[in-house]
Amino acid sequence: MKISYYPGCTLKYKAKNLETAALASLEILGIDVEEMERWNCCGAVYSLTDDDLIHMVGPVRNLVRAKEQGADTIVTLCSMCYNTLARANELMKNDPEKRDTINRFMDEEIDYFGELEVHHLLSLLKDQVGWQAISEKIQTPLTDLKLASYYGCTLQRPAEVGIEPMGSFTLMNDLFQALGAEVVPFGAADKCCGSYQVICEEEGDNTAAATILQSAAASGAEALATSCPLCEFNLGKQQEALLEKDKISQKIPTLYFTQLLALALGVPAEQCHFELSDSEVSHFLENKKILVTA
Amino acid sequence: MNTPNVSLSSVKKINDLSGENVKLCMQCGTCTAACPMADEMDFVPRKVMHYNQFGMISAMEDINSYWKCASCHSCSVRCPRGIDIARVMEALRQLVLRTNKNYIEPSRIPPEKLKQYPGIMMVAGFRKLTS
Repeated sequence: MKISYYPGCTLKYKAKNLETAALASLEILGIDVEEMERWNCCGAVYSLTDDDLIHMVGPVRNLVRAKEQGADTIVTLCSMCYNTLARANELMKNDPEKRDTINRFMDEEIDYFGELEVHHLLSLLKDQVGWQAISEKIQTPLTDLKLASYYGCTLQRPAEVGIEPMGSFTLMNDLFQALGAEVVPFGAADKCCGSYQVICEEEGDNTAAATILQSAAASGAEALATSCPLCEFNLGKQQEALLEKDKISQKIPTLYFTQLLALALGVPAEQCHFELSDSEVSHFLENKKILVTA
Repeated sequence: MNTPNVSLSSVKKINDLSGENVKLCMQCGTCTAACPMADEMDFVPRKVMHYNQFGMISAMEDINSYWKCASCHSCSVRCPRGIDIARVMEALRQLVLRTNKNYIEPSRIPPEKLKQYPGIMMVAGFRKLTS
């Protein structure tokens, strides 16, 4: 089995912490992934109009690149990349007419028939490593830490690409429990964070994000974990603005699931790039004795 | 009285663009109940669907509903009639964007904001809100 790793644009700068923590963890877990030599934008959002095939070219070309590399699996960390790649893959697998049009349009490329398996890191960890094996490699257990697993929209919807069925959050919950943390159930785990809407709103007006943060706090969670750089921006970096407008009553540290995985596996803190997270995240983890800075 | 135009050809246009059949909607309102943006919409998703069933697209030109929709698919996965409502919202957006109209003007976003935004936010936002 050969696994291609598709990073996506945001993981190379704003969300470098999502990537570096994951790659360091995969090395410790003995999972061999090869970063794609060439890749392009996944499109971030999947085209929903029936006649718009041109925006499928982006995600499909990435799948073609992975196939060229001889991979049978492609893995991503960003929820939005996962969603667009997985849906484009489903289209190429199941819609012969559109597949033919796209393949003929990209006549300089090899033909693609949806033969790759598209994975998000969470499902890959479960299938390729397993929670038991992960728990055996823990250096710093996440004891005394109450976490809320936030999935957002794109890991679960639509159903045909969901990493698990709607209303079930076992992948992230089981991972955190394997790492020694306590997982608290909360009602907004799959609610939309407002996505790109912040681009046309005043700061602190995002009630969708506020609802999620309030729900997490009410459930007793001490921190919120996500896998999407856009959710991390809306739920983490915008908290100060939400607090100023009284949309939320308290802040709650928000970080990537890969950062928690990496810390538990003993990856050095600098590889988790907490300087890119909200400043309170590292203070919180230091107080919990999970993060030790030199 | 200002009666919105009922148009069969508009029903067909929305159905063709979205790949859905808006006539299947039975107006139960499950979409509205599931929508995280419904509170901020001029027309809730159920009402948008109702207008679509009569092809009353011209009466929806100035509402914010389909711009507020972030395609989270909360409605689509719950619709008891199996309608992918997010695709219907996309069709309404596209009808405007394909006349070269932008909903937001990227050049007016303050540079200090652009520096903060993650890449996927800009790609997603510009794809959904600009022509």
